Amino acid sequence: MRCRRCRAPDIVIELRRHNAAFCKDCFLHHCREQVRKAIDEFDMFTPDQRILVAVSGGKDSLGLWDILLDLGYHADGLYLGLGIGDYSDESAQMAKAFADRRQANLVTVDLPTDYGFDVPSAAKITKRVPCSACGLSKRHLFNQAARQGGYDVVATGHNLDDEAAVLLGNVLRWDADYLGRQQPVLPASEDGFVKKVKPLVRLGERELAAYCVLTGIDYIVEECPNAVGNKHLGYKEALNAVEEQSPGTKNAFYFGFLARAVGLFATDTAAAKDELAPCPSCGSPTTGEVCAFCKLLTRVTVER
Amino acid sequence: MKVRLRNPRRDIDIQGPKRVRILLEELGINRESVLVIRGDSLVVGDDMLADDDEVEVRPVISGGAT
Repeated sequence: MRCRRCRAPDIVIELRRHNAAFCKDCFLHHCREQVRKAIDEFDMFTPDQRILVAVSGGKDSLGLWDILLDLGYHADGLYLGLGIGDYSDESAQMAKAFADRRQANLVTVDLPTDYGFDVPSAAKITKRVPCSACGLSKRHLFNQAARQGGYDVVATGHNLDDEAAVLLGNVLRWDADYLGRQQPVLPASEDGFVKKVKPLVRLGERELAAYCVLTGIDYIVEECPNAVGNKHLGYKEALNAVEEQSPGTKNAFYFGFLARAVGLFATDTAAAKDELAPCPSCGSPTTGEVCAFCKLLTRVTVER
Repeated sequence: MKVRLRNPRRDIDIQGPKRVRILLEELGINRESVLVIRGDSLVVGDDMLADDDEVEVRPVISGGAT
């Protein structure tokens, strides 16, 4: 087997969904090209805009940040410390080491230091799964940091496997509201939401892991202890079982949805969107009296 | 050969030489869900692993258990 692009014999990866294999240099080129195509195809951002990359210390977000810097974009990183024991300590080190190596700007927000609570204690007090407080805090604080820092767009490391797994979950429940919003770009809104983009949707997570190994990016391999055994992982495993039998299925599932189905759910999403007003406590857009993050903050502070 | 696995992290000894594809089949691992790393590079399904090789089978699924 030879590299699809340069015909060299020393290949480092086979991508069955593309029916292709690549040598190291051509594979890295392939990754950058897929990101460039996604940015162009979905009008994600322009070279003069400022991008805030949500960085977890994992392969996807660090790979994304690296590729955006290589493509010449103005990309800073935002690391959010969640207070999840050794996992958070190690992931923070990975994010910082990457920023130092690339001489890139890393903004850090730490839940325990800056807000006085961590994800495990929030989960206990609210009696909900840790991923609930974690997701809520991330959405709020990424948006707030982008607004305060004057960034044009927040970029996240969601890849093709993530999007296909979320799509499968949404379809299994026929969650019309979420289906209508499952787009690689969520536009900025006048009420205070910064534009959000997913430039990795054309790359699988195996490609991102390979990209990091081949470029020497050290990332946290062990995943968050709270994620193990969750539904999202089960959907990914189910899709991988199909993909092994029929390469390209994930790609066809997700991009077929974007091309032919997402528009059918847009009315459900529009109907579900209530009027937003600024949260009196932090100024973030909310449909409630105070935003969900400030509500959580009050609860964990009072009940601690 | 020495094979490092993750989740949980452990090392096992496997008799070589052996092709990567066969190693993964014997371990019952879906090749879509892992990378096989030797040194600072990757090996693919038809590559032959020697008896004195040290490789890592690294899961790529976030939160994955292999």
